[in-house]
Amino acid sequence: MIIRRLLIANRGEIAVRILRTCQRLGVETVLTASEADLGSVPTRLADRTICIGAAPSSASYLDAEAVVSAAIESRSQAIHPGYGFLSENAVLARRCREAGIVFVGPTEEQLAAVGDKLEARRHAIASGLPVVPGGPVSSAAEARVRAQETGWPLLIKAVGGGGGRGMKQVHDPAKLAEALELAMAEANTAFGDARVYVERYVAAGRHVEVQVLGDGKDVIHLGTRDCSIQRRYQKLIEEAPAPHLEPGLRARMHAAAVAFGRHLGYRGAGTVEFLVDTQREEFYFLEMNARIQVEHPVTEAITGVDLIAEQIAIAEGRPLRLAQDRVTFTGHAIECRINAEDVSKDFRPSPGTVTSAVFPAGPGVRVDTHIEAGSRVPPFYDSLLAKIISSGADRAEALAVLRSALENCRIEGVATNVSMHADIVADPAFRRGGVDTAFFTGRS
Amino acid sequence: MNLTNDDVQEILRLLDASTFDELQLSTDRFKLTLRRSSAGGWTQETETAAASRTQPGGAANGAATLAPQAAAAASAAAASPAAPGAAAASTVEGIVDIHPPIIGTFYRAPKPGAAPFVEVGSVVEKDTIIGIVETMKLMNSVHAGAAGVVAEICAANGQLVEQHHVLMRLRKP
Repeated sequence: MIIRRLLIANRGEIAVRILRTCQRLGVETVLTASEADLGSVPTRLADRTICIGAAPSSASYLDAEAVVSAAIESRSQAIHPGYGFLSENAVLARRCREAGIVFVGPTEEQLAAVGDKLEARRHAIASGLPVVPGGPVSSAAEARVRAQETGWPLLIKAVGGGGGRGMKQVHDPAKLAEALELAMAEANTAFGDARVYVERYVAAGRHVEVQVLGDGKDVIHLGTRDCSIQRRYQKLIEEAPAPHLEPGLRARMHAAAVAFGRHLGYRGAGTVEFLVDTQREEFYFLEMNARIQVEHPVTEAITGVDLIAEQIAIAEGRPLRLAQDRVTFTGHAIECRINAEDVSKDFRPSPGTVTSAVFPAGPGVRVDTHIEAGSRVPPFYDSLLAKIISSGADRAEALAVLRSALENCRIEGVATNVSMHADIVADPAFRRGGVDTAFFTGRS
Repeated sequence: MNLTNDDVQEILRLLDASTFDELQLSTDRFKLTLRRSSAGGWTQETETAAASRTQPGGAANGAATLAPQAAAAASAAAASPAAPGAAAASTVEGIVDIHPPIIGTFYRAPKPGAAPFVEVGSVVEKDTIIGIVETMKLMNSVHAGAAGVVAEICAANGQLVEQHHVLMRLRKP
């Protein structure tokens, strides 16, 4: 089939990103928006906007029935869910199938297989991937047995989801029972699922992920991204390719991601996340994200592939348009997430109205944003305002472009973390490259 | 017409070699301003006009297509609700107002279905948590700020509250 009209069930910069590709491809766009987002830049760019509910996400962007109704009403052939919200929601995928609408994403079975972290771990083991030692626990006694495999310290993680919720580091065996109880309560509140598992806590680890594309039969990879610069498990800076990885290790990670995708018969764009133990030069499977990622532009910058266009082509039922040996990697790219948060007040969120939005432009600079002067930043959603992506022939050039780009980014009306990015980009350890996830905690 | 990033790069290549410091491109839908930056490199600013191709359509399941004007009005309404929480500041002796620390959604209980943190008549200390304000997916505890007894609850559960709104009133001991 050919998708001629696509419904975008998202907001913010990713809605604009999907709109751009649709415009280039000549695909008509229908955008769903909450009451708080009516009048936003994405609603101005879309061919048509449908209001699906009140400002809180639960009344709009998380309402699968409202999204499917809007698609039926607008006679959209497909729904692109973006990231977050309903992007990995098996219920939306099922409702789409029942309504005869194409869900731009993997199958319901694949969403279920990677959405449950223990299930994903089982699939990883079955496809021969290394996993961090550990496993499911439901009591302190079981956790103590597991601790013999994991060693101390260990990490308690939620089965139902990520983002740091339900996650606890335990350094002292005497505090295990208490931490387990707390993690289970937190997991239950966040995901409606109290199940947890334990893993070895890898102190010096880098977060490196591999982008994959699959058509249900064949799977290819589009290289690595390093996302080790994080604060409270939220990524701040990402780059492609992951710097200073031993070539053999990088090749093994590419192969592992493809093996995992093939094992699932994966369809769509996905990301296989790994933890790289820099001391042991080993890597472990963490999880798979079955959607487009926030940081996808760094991969686009070094491969020249429009990942949204590939998602749409796969959703149309076409076989992969790229063979693995046709995927080439040129240069280096780095992305900074510009958030509405006040760095001087412990990263307190800063909703409001943007009075001025000056972004960098020029060779090697790309800005993905939904913000311009007058844009409202509602308190209901995440704080991402823009992504500044720099690229160059090598990492040094990408860093130089980024440094000047950040100087040319001036947003007024809401507080932003631009100055924090400028500090990180000037940091000697970051400039050397290959820092681990403790970088941010270590410097503040 | 919509410019891609590649188009902008192409324009900048030409502009960079010229003596011009600023270029403004505008259509009825879109305005782009490129400026040579004093810090080196270039900056861009955009202005996107409200959609002109919004079509009226049959509404299904409460869904409606909105004209840009209506959209702006609805949006403004969503951002500043006339609400009980917008109560005027108290001037009564011995009464203390509790304001939210930040704009966001007010919750009276730690999670849905749980008992509220406090009720009218609850005795609170300065550090007692009286509610939560959720802003941009972050939960912020609201502390009483003073010792006293909860005299009145002004904001409803799930309501959008701004910093000048009154959440609750305390009677000082």
